Amino acid sequence: MEERSLHIVIVGHVDHGKSTLVGRLLYDTGSLAPEKYEEIKAASGGEGGSVEFAYVMDHLEEERKRGITIDVAHTFFQTAKRRYVIIDAPGHKEFLKNMITGSSQAEAALLLVDITQGVREQTRRHCCILGLLGIDQVAVLVNKMDVVNYSEEAFDSVKGDIESALSGVGVNPSYIIPVSAIKGDNVADRSPNLGWFKGPTVLEALDSFSSLGMEDKALRFPVQDIYDMDGTSVIVGRVESGSMHRGAEVCVFPEGRTARIREIRKFMADDIEEAATGECIGVCIEDGALRRGQVLTDGATPTRSGSIRANVFWMAGRAWHPEMELVWKGTTQEARARIERILKRFDPASIEVIEKDAEEILPAEVAEVEIRLEKEVVVDRFTEIPEMGRFVLEHLGEPVAGGIII
Amino acid sequence: MDHLTALENKSIFIIREAYYRFRNIAVLWSIGKDSTTLLWHCRKAFFGKIPFPVLHIDTGYKFPEIYRYRDRYAKEWGLDLIVARNEEKIRSGMGPDKGSKLECCTELKTNALKAAIARHGFKAILLGIRRDEHGIRAKERVFSPRDGDFKWNYEDQPAELWDNYKSTTHEEDHYRIHPILHMTELDVWNYVKREEIPIIELYSSKEGKRYRSIGCQPCCSPIESRARTVDEIIEELTTTKTSERAGRAQDKEDAYTMQKLRSLGYM
Repeated sequence: MEERSLHIVIVGHVDHGKSTLVGRLLYDTGSLAPEKYEEIKAASGGEGGSVEFAYVMDHLEEERKRGITIDVAHTFFQTAKRRYVIIDAPGHKEFLKNMITGSSQAEAALLLVDITQGVREQTRRHCCILGLLGIDQVAVLVNKMDVVNYSEEAFDSVKGDIESALSGVGVNPSYIIPVSAIKGDNVADRSPNLGWFKGPTVLEALDSFSSLGMEDKALRFPVQDIYDMDGTSVIVGRVESGSMHRGAEVCVFPEGRTARIREIRKFMADDIEEAATGECIGVCIEDGALRRGQVLTDGATPTRSGSIRANVFWMAGRAWHPEMELVWKGTTQEARARIERILKRFDPASIEVIEKDAEEILPAEVAEVEIRLEKEVVVDRFTEIPEMGRFVLEHLGEPVAGGIII
Repeated sequence: MDHLTALENKSIFIIREAYYRFRNIAVLWSIGKDSTTLLWHCRKAFFGKIPFPVLHIDTGYKFPEIYRYRDRYAKEWGLDLIVARNEEKIRSGMGPDKGSKLECCTELKTNALKAAIARHGFKAILLGIRRDEHGIRAKERVFSPRDGDFKWNYEDQPAELWDNYKSTTHEEDHYRIHPILHMTELDVWNYVKREEIPIIELYSSKEGKRYRSIGCQPCCSPIESRARTVDEIIEELTTTKTSERAGRAQDKEDAYTMQKLRSLGYM
């Protein structure tokens, strides 16, 4: 089995069957405990004995009563190939921040499209978000095939729409698979009802995706905190990219001065020579003091700037306006910020550019902006070092937008 | 990086972030495998010396083994242990059979925690809950704000992107921090094995039964099991078809008891 688990987000328009698919996937792979199944069956009520597979994920009373998903839920299952973390995201526009929260943790996505409805508003919006977040492993599941009697013609006509809609937001689906989540066709097992379809089942599609590899990149170590350990100053943080070596000379940004790594510390481990990407460590340096938000680097120089160009997606329920005070947060860095210019804004549900040089950003819109920061920060392009190329904007302590540095 | 190391690093990052953001925090230790794993991560995050108190909510109904284990490792690991009890309700005879389980959990756990937070002014509490334990916990954020009445506003949780957590507080608020939310039951046992974390003997089979989830004695039922060692427990979990909290009475009163408990501030 592969070492790392793969995180998959399930997205799509309201009622296109996201939660049902997850419930079905767990049930068909034997990942659902019998007594949980009984609990769901009981909670489904006596409606002709049908089981609401969505209840596996929709656990809030409000969700079950209203038949919707409000917040993102994570669940776990595994195949012979690897472990999966399945992130079920809500489909309503009003819960977009929850959908983005879920998607921000994913490496691949399953997009549900109801065959009777085709591509809808949130289908487009979600695709656009996936594109912005750099999630390019996407399988489209054309759901509710049972409703159209598993018709190949119906599938083919929707398939064309999906391909053209997705290419508009820069997403190239790896597969487009006809399924019925409620009946279980083509989810874990190949369905005789869909014998005409030669592609993979959902499970096979998942297994064909790959974990994002750890590439060999330049070191980025944002300082998280400083601890005083018996008079020694220990700098703690996580290696966001590259690796840290004892004895190496590193650059301290944003100042740009150099420092030497004297020691790498971890509890219950002695004599550490190297720390890899993703490791939380302590380091002691030879020269000078550090503070949170500084970044230790080597190799390719990051961008140091008081102004950044980015795509932001507005998650807050209220619109952005020019007087809004914002705080920019990227890795452990923080700075007061102002959106100085909106180069363009658009509603991802329609993809048309609404306005250039706009004066506002409405909820659920995406905008290309120029952000002015009160001090210099250290960043990389998202496409180069994703960990250093993404950020959150807060207003009065509330996260209101996510951003990708372009 | 292997699976367990990746999970550990994620947890350590969160613990350090909580400590940086709030400083005045505590970690809740129920003595079970999850909170002991969390405690282990805290020890690693701070190089062996946890710089904040370790809080044990004592309902008076805990297993005797819990008290023995607690006192032994509190001393061995140099913990700043705080034991919080709702003395008034314990004395007045509150119990799971008096009124509802919902009421008992609320008084002896939630309200005891509430009082401890107020007394010590904690701005955040680290908790060892996990997403795979329960459908409600699957919906939790890593940094979860609670108001002065402990209410969890599960219908409007803050966005949480790329380890940037909302952390602003008003006077009465506190945060629940969930560093091991991403671990599964099996992950925890595999980690316990790898790290050789001492685990309370209640998890080991005695006379054909063992506890899979540990809380108060009257509300926990053991499962049929012959698993005595950590290896045997892992073996059992990879084949079992029952869920972890099947032996926990408070989950069963009705389908939404856990949601109600948690919205009131239960762990």
